[in-house]
Amino acid sequence: MRAEGLQNVTCRKIAEGKAEGEAIVSTDAICFYLVEPETGIVIEKHHALEGQSIAGKILVMPSGKGSSVVQADGLYKLMKHDKAPKGMIVEYPDPVLVSSAIVMEIPTVMRVGKEFYERVRTGSYITVDADNQLVSIRGTQP
Amino acid sequence: MELTQEEKDMLAGRYGEGTALAMKIQVGIGEAFDAGRMVAITRAHVALSAQDADLWFVEKLLNKGARCKVPPTVNPSIDLAYLNQHLFQIPKEGVDIVSATNEAYRRIGATLTFDCTPYLQQNIPAYGEIVAFSESSATPYVNSVLGARSNRESSQSALCAAVTGRVAEYGLLLDEQRRAEIRVDVSARIETDFDYQLLGWCYPLKHKGLEVPVFTGIRKRPTPEGFMNFGAQLNTSGAVSMYHIAGITPEAPSLDAALGGRPFKQRVEITESDLDHVRQQICGEPGKIDFAMFGCPHLSIRQVAEIAEVLEGKRLKIDFWVLTSSLTRELAGRMGYLQTIQRAGGHIVADTCIDVPPCWQPYYGRTGVTDSPKCAYYNEIRKIKFIIRPLKECVEAAIRGEVLR
Repeated sequence: MRAEGLQNVTCRKIAEGKAEGEAIVSTDAICFYLVEPETGIVIEKHHALEGQSIAGKILVMPSGKGSSVVQADGLYKLMKHDKAPKGMIVEYPDPVLVSSAIVMEIPTVMRVGKEFYERVRTGSYITVDADNQLVSIRGTQP
Repeated sequence: MELTQEEKDMLAGRYGEGTALAMKIQVGIGEAFDAGRMVAITRAHVALSAQDADLWFVEKLLNKGARCKVPPTVNPSIDLAYLNQHLFQIPKEGVDIVSATNEAYRRIGATLTFDCTPYLQQNIPAYGEIVAFSESSATPYVNSVLGARSNRESSQSALCAAVTGRVAEYGLLLDEQRRAEIRVDVSARIETDFDYQLLGWCYPLKHKGLEVPVFTGIRKRPTPEGFMNFGAQLNTSGAVSMYHIAGITPEAPSLDAALGGRPFKQRVEITESDLDHVRQQICGEPGKIDFAMFGCPHLSIRQVAEIAEVLEGKRLKIDFWVLTSSLTRELAGRMGYLQTIQRAGGHIVADTCIDVPPCWQPYYGRTGVTDSPKCAYYNEIRKIKFIIRPLKECVEAAIRGEVLR
């Protein structure tokens, strides 16, 4: 079944750039340190994404968590193994996550309209255009 | 965001490429959070970690010529010589990254305190001071307990602030945003320093938003260590950079004052059974242990004294590590605590973190005991399992080699 698309929802830029890919939607905050760098699989116990990979995906999450050290280092290690998310969409950004996204140059946005959250599912194909501050859903990956 | 001429010059590279990069990152943060301008800082603390991203970023700034305008204190690294002598031969890649990180921070102009509790010694902001403090226990402490103003800086953004001497003005720098929006009624009994570990871990599980909470129902003033534990766990289990305790913390003479006279957005209750739930989820079943580790955050002299008191005349069955600042270790020697702990077979190691990867390798796959949920959480990735208990119980367990209950 193909979910309906959604064009050009406005958002706010956090880190510049453009990315597209499959969405992975987390209901829990993400700590990149508890994501296995070699695979991109979330290994945090009791986490909504435990056992799932965020590698190469557009990560849709409520917020980041964990100390300032581990967020940046976790993300850096994922990048070194080519397993970082391609882009990120955050609901409640905190400065640690924002600076990590800018420093690591991962296109990231915030304040995406409500209609996006009603429609987006894990597996939706998403475009994140941080430069023009727009997000689109192109339906579910066939 | 409106920039002054000097800030524009920094961004344009007139103060060198390193300062320009630091400014670019800070302007990006300011824009993401709708800051109107930048303001000067008087202090900074950088959560140095001697991990890959940390070294990569400090060297990147350094190679572009950046130097700190405001010398920051820094988090612990590793005392290589001590661990080499007393634990194991640290692998070369560990020695290399630690030495390179220490050297890079020295060259960029940091003050090498190697301690994660700068708010207890060496870098203590006053009420109302604008600062850039990274490190999960430090940000909530300076905001909540001291009434200084810092956003939840990352180690990178705090280093950028130290370089430019500025931060974007947003979030917890503004009166309006320091007011509580969430009212937390604590009916659980909170008395000991360890109770604050559990309470700090519990709250973010019950409320996921990043609003400032005000806690009610706590009557006794926490000790500095209680506050330290509380912030460390609130900001590890979640991302809480500031809280109030009604009637206790400086910006909360009353519940109403903490709320700024506005109604709260949401009410959260924390009961005894909520804390029991956290205890069941994270503290672990009794059993044999291979080692004990304390100092996440670094222990204070009072905690070192508490350990020494239990160990007087005793002999430890397992490896026993107390991590603290070099100043506290020195003081522990002067007070005789160091000798008591050493006679029992334990160690006090300065300047060292529980979380610098190659350094605790002998314990990978083993089971330890600690009083800190944060210590346990960050070691999950290295397959080190921790049983979590109050400090005194941990020390008693280490004498037996087993946690009994």
